Amino acid sequence: MKAPKNLPTRQSDFATAPTLVTFEKISKTYDGHTHVVKNLDLEIRRGEFLTLLGPSGSGKTTCLMMLAGFEVPTSGEIWHGEVPLSRKPPHERGIGMVFQNYALFPHMSIAENIAFPLEVRGLGRAAIAEKVKRALDMVRLPQIADRRPNQLSGGQQQRVALARALVFEPELVLMDEPLGALDKQLREHMQYEIRSLHMSLGLTVVYVTHDQTEALTMSDRIAVFAGGRIRQLADPRALYEEPADGLVATFVGESNRFDGTIVSRDGDTAVIATRGGTRLEAFAVDIGATGPAAVIVRPENVRIGAAVDGLRDVITGRVVDVVYHGDHLQVHIAAEGLDVVAKQPTRDAEAPTVGSEIRFGFLSRHARAYDPARTDH
Amino acid sequence: MSDVTAAERELLRAHARAERGRRRNAFLLVAPLFVFLIFTFLVPIGDMLRRSFIDSDVASVWPNVVKVNRAWSGEGEAPAALWPALAADIRASAAADNVAVAARRLNYAVDGGRTLVMKTARRLARTESAPNDDWRAVFLDADEAWGRPATLEALRRASGPVTDFFLLAALDLRKDEHGSVIAVPERDAIYRTVLWRTFSVAGMVTLFTLLLGYPYAYLMTRASKPVEAAMTIFVLLPFWTSLLVRTAAWIVLLQENGVVNSMLVWLGVLDTPMRLIFNRVGVVVAMTHVLLPFMVLPLAAVMKGIRPETVRAARSLGATPFTAFRRIYFPQSLPGVAGGALLVFISAIGYYITPALVGGADDQMLSWFIAFFVNDTINWGLAAALGVVLLVCTTVLSIVYAKIVAGRQAG
Repeated sequence: MKAPKNLPTRQSDFATAPTLVTFEKISKTYDGHTHVVKNLDLEIRRGEFLTLLGPSGSGKTTCLMMLAGFEVPTSGEIWHGEVPLSRKPPHERGIGMVFQNYALFPHMSIAENIAFPLEVRGLGRAAIAEKVKRALDMVRLPQIADRRPNQLSGGQQQRVALARALVFEPELVLMDEPLGALDKQLREHMQYEIRSLHMSLGLTVVYVTHDQTEALTMSDRIAVFAGGRIRQLADPRALYEEPADGLVATFVGESNRFDGTIVSRDGDTAVIATRGGTRLEAFAVDIGATGPAAVIVRPENVRIGAAVDGLRDVITGRVVDVVYHGDHLQVHIAAEGLDVVAKQPTRDAEAPTVGSEIRFGFLSRHARAYDPARTDH
Repeated sequence: MSDVTAAERELLRAHARAERGRRRNAFLLVAPLFVFLIFTFLVPIGDMLRRSFIDSDVASVWPNVVKVNRAWSGEGEAPAALWPALAADIRASAAADNVAVAARRLNYAVDGGRTLVMKTARRLARTESAPNDDWRAVFLDADEAWGRPATLEALRRASGPVTDFFLLAALDLRKDEHGSVIAVPERDAIYRTVLWRTFSVAGMVTLFTLLLGYPYAYLMTRASKPVEAAMTIFVLLPFWTSLLVRTAAWIVLLQENGVVNSMLVWLGVLDTPMRLIFNRVGVVVAMTHVLLPFMVLPLAAVMKGIRPETVRAARSLGATPFTAFRRIYFPQSLPGVAGGALLVFISAIGYYITPALVGGADDQMLSWFIAFFVNDTINWGLAAALGVVLLVCTTVLSIVYAKIVAGRQAG
């Protein structure tokens, strides 16, 4: 495999990394009137781990298929450097791809599977044997060369699929929900392995998933898809802490939502009257001066009990349930006709009594106000 | 300790009781079908196969001759007792009006055997007794063929109870008077040609159904549900049409001034109409049509199980569309190809009516000859022997197929 290049190693460095692939005004429609992908621009930077995240039908997989060459854009162009890509057949693109169900060749042994991309490239016997061996070592499965795919576990098949996609040393690797079929523990382990292969080989990875946790833990940058458009493209931390619109805020991570009407607006600060009758001061992200608004608060930013002292807005509710999660407690509070969730670290909170009255609140910078029209999926 | 073993024994007994009941119920469920198959399939087939090596024609009408012959090893001169026995048997069978049964049997093995027996029977009718009881002289006087060792050897071999005569004949072989296997004369050899013809027609039909059926089955598995249903019905259509209607349609289409010929002439492909029916072309076209479903359905069943991502994966790994097909798709479809080809081939080698209706005299397959010997010449022995040849070919092919399938699953 390639030696690690001089690549950016911190997420923020990718802001300046050179562009590898550019989507330019890409649209795709299958029936002539509904757009699966709408006028989409996207830059994939060399060496980054880019995740396309979104619900099913959001256009993320279609984008990946257009990049792989299995779908042709209806309009627009995909550029690989200076080379237009959209009419190039898949086998000439030199892009590695890992499929959702691994797509190993069932009639070939593992070694033959991994040798396939090398054979079609006309490599010599000795070179192939050498590379296959190294690829199997890389995914830490040196002893299974002669087995058939159906004799392997799901995790092993996934590693073979990885080895096969990487053995011909593509600079760009696409992964279409590769961990979807694995159980939780194995999935987390594979996330880590894929991530470390990405770093040690200096690959550019485009990764499709609908699992937002997976996206947050693996990616350098995440593009959130909805309705054939990218709603936000940012690094995981910015995406989670400063979502650009209500959809991103509710799709990525957990959230509490208070619907209401804008009472006043002053720069970044707005006062919202909730349907439950409370006035909340919130950080205005995606709202105008008047009209409806949705206030989104992360559960870990909801304060309860004594911690509300000194907060501007405090709401009173009733504890419905307390769920113990080991490292934190999840407190469900009935207030304003809603189920409000507060996450408290186990060590610094005394569990509130179910059925008791409770006061909760949040800092106004943790309450982010969005346009409800751009919040629903 | 003994408590435990007693309890265990009781458990085993209870288990055995339950098992017995289950087995008896399972047996009762299949018993009617089993009985039905025994009487309608196994017994008739067994009886037919028996006739390929049981030789009872001569024994049934000439009991004395058979008795003498079975005591004779065939070495040296025929025993003297043969001649009076033969004279008595021919006389008796002539009186009972069944001398023709033995005459026909002898005719299979000796040229002019029937004439010889019938002529001798007439002669014996006029001869009350032999001078000095020398019946041999009487026979030689009736026809000098009785003096040939080949005639007597054939009669001895026809005396049963078992014979390899029919099975050898089905392969254009016979035994000479010394007992060694030789080929029959060129002018009498026909079954090897027929066997080769049967195999080549079946092979051609298998090839054509594969060439036509493979892309069709591929399209079927890729199509939407309603299209797939329509395509299945379309391929099954020949099953729903009466054989006579189908045959009439082919004759209309393929005859010399039929639709196909007119088109070809009009398009300038042919100058004069070509003969397309009542010859090999007609047979292969008709059989390909009828047998297509046997190819398409197993192919489609296997192709449905091939994951399209494997082909996509091959393309993304650098394979051209042709390489992806050759190395990835086709090998995965091979069990379907083998299954379809075997079904079509085995059905085709047994075809009888279609070649009889749309073929010419030189296009008749093995089954036609079986029917001919059963219905026209009443030579059940040879019909049974040809049936054995067909059955052996089919069995060998099935075993080969089973081995291929087992090999693939193990590998």
